[in-house]
This record gives sequence, C-alpha cells and structure tokens, in this order.
Amino acid sequence: MLHAEVGLQLGTLALDATLDAKAGEIVVLLGPNGAGKTTLLRAIAGLTPLARGEVTLDGAVLDDVARGVHVPAERRPIGVVFQEYLLFPHQTVAENVGFGLRARGVDRVHARARALEWLDRFELAAYADARPRSLSGGQAQRVALARALAYTPRLLLLDEPLAALDASARGEVRRDLKRHLASFDGIRVLITHDPLEAIALADRLVILEEGRVVQTGTPSDVTQRPRTRYVADLVGVNLFRGRAKAGLISLESGSTLQSAEELDGDVFALIHPRAVALHRHRPEGSPRNVWRGRTRSLDLQGDRVRVAVDGELAIVAEVTPAAIRDLALAQGGEVWVSVKATEISVYHA
Amino acid sequence: MTPERPPLPVIIAAAVAIAFFLIPIAGLIARAPWATAVEELTRPEALAALRVSFVVSVASTILAVFFGVPLAWLYARVAFPGRDVVRALTTLPMILPPVVGGVALLFAFGRAGLIGPVLDGLFGIRLSFTTLAAVLAAFFVSAPFLVLTVEAGLRSMDRRFEEAARTLGAGRWLVFRDVTLPLIGPSLFAGAVLAWARGLGEFGATITFAGNLPGVTQTLPLAVLVALESRPEVALMLSLLLLAISAVVLVALRDRYLRLA
Repeated sequence: MLHAEVGLQLGTLALDATLDAKAGEIVVLLGPNGAGKTTLLRAIAGLTPLARGEVTLDGAVLDDVARGVHVPAERRPIGVVFQEYLLFPHQTVAENVGFGLRARGVDRVHARARALEWLDRFELAAYADARPRSLSGGQAQRVALARALAYTPRLLLLDEPLAALDASARGEVRRDLKRHLASFDGIRVLITHDPLEAIALADRLVILEEGRVVQTGTPSDVTQRPRTRYVADLVGVNLFRGRAKAGLISLESGSTLQSAEELDGDVFALIHPRAVALHRHRPEGSPRNVWRGRTRSLDLQGDRVRVAVDGELAIVAEVTPAAIRDLALAQGGEVWVSVKATEISVYHA
Repeated sequence: MTPERPPLPVIIAAAVAIAFFLIPIAGLIARAPWATAVEELTRPEALAALRVSFVVSVASTILAVFFGVPLAWLYARVAFPGRDVVRALTTLPMILPPVVGGVALLFAFGRAGLIGPVLDGLFGIRLSFTTLAAVLAAFFVSAPFLVLTVEAGLRSMDRRFEEAARTLGAGRWLVFRDVTLPLIGPSLFAGAVLAWARGLGEFGATITFAGNLPGVTQTLPLAVLVALESRPEVALMLSLLLLAISAVVLVALRDRYLRLA
C-alpha cells in the first residue's frame, strides 16, 4: 500500500497531490504535459525532495517532512522505468538487468544468472550480451522493465513507458506491457498523457491537472462522469457546470439547460455530441433546449463529422457527412442547435 | 552545382599560412641525421632525458587524474560560493607564461618559499631541483587541461542515468564508479592525453622551479636546448621525436580536433 502526499514547488509548477495505490492494482496517473506527473513520480522515488507531505510504502515511512525523515532513492524498495528507459549505454543488456542486484551486493555470477532468468521471461535471452543501442524501442522497454523488477521492488513506477515508441509499435508493446505488468504482484503506478493508453492499462485512473488531483476512479467512472474540461475533451464529450433546481440547470455562463433529471445543487451536465441535433431552421416540437449558433469548425473523424458550434452555449455536435450536406453547413454558417432534456446526464459536482 | 571559386587574396593568405606551418616541419625532417638516428637517440644524455620525461609526464598525468577528476566533479556539480573565482584561478596556469608559474612554485615550495621551509622542517622534504619538483611543475601547467575537459564532460552527460542507477540501489560511490565515470570516459581520456602532452612539452616552469640537472630534472625539451649548443644532431632527433608524439596525440584526439561539428 502506497500513500503519498506530495507538496512542492518546482519552477511554475505547484504540486499538491495525494496518491494512494494498493498491491495488485495498476494506478494510471493521467494528465496533460506539465501537470506535474513526472515530478510526483520522482518525489515518490526519492529523486525530488518534498517541501511538505509524506510518503509511506507498506507501513515504512520513506518521507515525512514534518519529522525530517527522508530515505534516499537508493534505499527505497521502488523500481522505476524511466521515459526513454535510460539503459546504461556502456553496459550489456544482461549487465543492465543485473545492475540493481550488483548494487545490492549480489556477486557477479549470481547477478548474471538472475538477469538471464529475467531476460528469458521477457523473451530477450538472445540479446543478453548486446548493447542497448542495438535494441528496438519495444525491446529496450522490456529490458528497462526487467531491470526495474530484477530486485523485486514493492512498488513499480513507470514514466510514460510508451511515449518513446513509434506509433506503429505502440499497440503491440502496450499489450506486452499489460501482460508483463500483470505478472508483477506489487503496487504499480504508471503515468501517461495518452488517454487510450490510460484506459487500456488502468485499474484506477488518477487525473492530475496543474499539480492537483482533480478526479480518481475506474476508467469507466471517469469517462462516464468527467469532472473537468480536460477529461471531457479527452473523452470527446460536452461538459457544463451549473446549479440545478427542479431540472433547470443555470450555467456559469448565464444560460440554462433543461434536463429530465431531478437533481438539485452544484452539478455537472454531460451531453454526448451524438445527442446534439443541428437544424437549418428553428426546430418545431418537443426539444426543450434550443439555441442559435454559428459553426466554428468541421472535423471529419471516422465516418462522423464533429461540428463545433459557437453561440449562447458553445457545444460540439457529431453528425453524418450526409447531414452536413443536407444542412448546407459551412464554417461560419448559421445553424440551430437542439438537445433533448432526456439526453443530458446530470451528476453532482 | 559548381563549387564557389574562392577569392585570390584568400588563397594567397591561406597558402602563406600553410607554408609557414609546414616549412619548419619539413626543415626538421630534411636536416635530421637519419643515417645516425638511432645512435643520436641512444646517446646517454638523450636516454637520460627520455627517462626523466617519461617519469615526469606519466607521474604528473596520474596526479592530474587523481586530483583533477574530483576537482572537475566539484566544479560541475556543486555550486559552492566563489566557485567561478576558484575555477578561474586554477585555470590560470593554462595561459600563464610557464616561467611565471615556475617562479611562483619556487617562492611557494622552494627553500626560501612560503611553505618550503615548513615541508623541510616537518617532513625533511626539499623539493627544489628534484624529479618531484619537475613532476609538480608539469602538474601545475597541465592539470587545468584535464580539469576543464572532464568538467565539460560531466556537464554534458545525461544525469538521468545517475538517477536511474540510484533507483536501482546504487549509492553515490557506486553511481560514480559504474555510471558517471564510464559515461565521461571519452572526456577523461581526452583530458588525460592533453595533460600528458602538455606535461611532456613543459619547459619554462620546469627549468625555473626544478632546474636543469641531467638525469634528474632535465626533460626532453630542456635536453633539446642544451644539445642545440653542443650536438645539434641530438637536438634535431629529440625534436623529431617530440613532433612524432604530438602527431600521435593529435590522431588519438582526432574527434576533438580534426573534425568539425
């Protein structure tokens, strides 16, 4: 069990985040570049000093600023897979994997034997005496993982383990990574800025923005009920915040939305772009939420077109290319927007 | 695409410069007594100078590595107060006229110097006019080459490798020995070769501080000067030897000096 409360200032980044992780669980820390993910990871690893807070791992205090405790990085039972892997270029693959064992006093012969076992498990036995520079990105990542795990740490930290790879190799390496991560029964914390990677690997997601944790939950929780614009954008949905009373939501922008849900108080209103209808003329009939806007951009994604509409309420709609033609939509053109009350999902902020 | 034709004045100036560098080398080679080359180089005074130079340059290089690497590490990694001033002072011997360095050494470690009498009184060590003095003179002028080169190597290396080693359980010494040192290996090699070459050619500080005693402090450059008066053939052959060593050094460091970018 990892419990980390990290407060520190680094340049313009003010990190103030709490992270908990249990054995057997893969926690993925997701956030935009500059959110402080790597800094949080480095603080847990003992590489960046905390200004306040504490880090405990399985009951052992690794950092406690108030009590002046700081266990140096080399004495923490933590394995780290760095971005770009940082395999030692002057050592062979087997020496890299055996480094942690050698550093902890295992003799050369035994360290090599155990390194070879690890390489075997990671299907890299043939590269034991190769130099890291001759490896492909996916192989280098497996070596980095084997190196971090060789001394069986209790916590494994991975910093953007797929970012250094070509897009073409990423899918396969991600499947391998998932399999290898599953074989380690300690605590696993992985950071990424790629939502697809996060959702594919995470048991639990922790969203970090501007140094703060803004949301945690299972991938489906987070994608179904995003709590920030960043997450909503990643998932590709429209998210509004306001005060609800008897189904009427007053938004911060001053406009209102009518929902079918009876939930009062400070709420988020989520509207899927597919539920947003566009019309050339003011629509007749039942929709309760109707306003006029101007198309800002049209963006073809797969077999759908995402239309961003500016107006009383800026919103993104997803329609078929045929609909674009029928509506004679063009950038900057006028359009009517409607959303059925039943299509707005509302949850507490 | 046809290459740009260089202007005539540029060609002339460049040709003059090249000739100025090449003619003396050609002169050395043309005037060398090739027929008796081995004989000249194996004369007792030449052999003694070779031996002294070998001992002095190797010993001063070892000292430079032993003390220079920690110094470079301190300069590169620790922002202690006054670092820039201290670094400037320890770099000074690179551009100081060597004879000034010799005088300074003499008035520090010599018989009438600042701490010379203390060394003599406490330990019975008299430095002036010993081989050790020649070593110290060579160390004084050559160590800055190693310090600057190694410091540059430490500054340009990717320190994240050291952090990776720490997360693998390596303490400071192990990180330095197994990661830092191998990664700055090329810089250390270049710095050591530069320091060795500078120590080998050292003249001014040596003759001032250590004197010119054959077999004790008379290094190759000193022997060349002496031989020029008495036996120019020996001077020529020793000069050619030093020239050859310099050429080898240049080739060894070709990545540093012979190629651009």
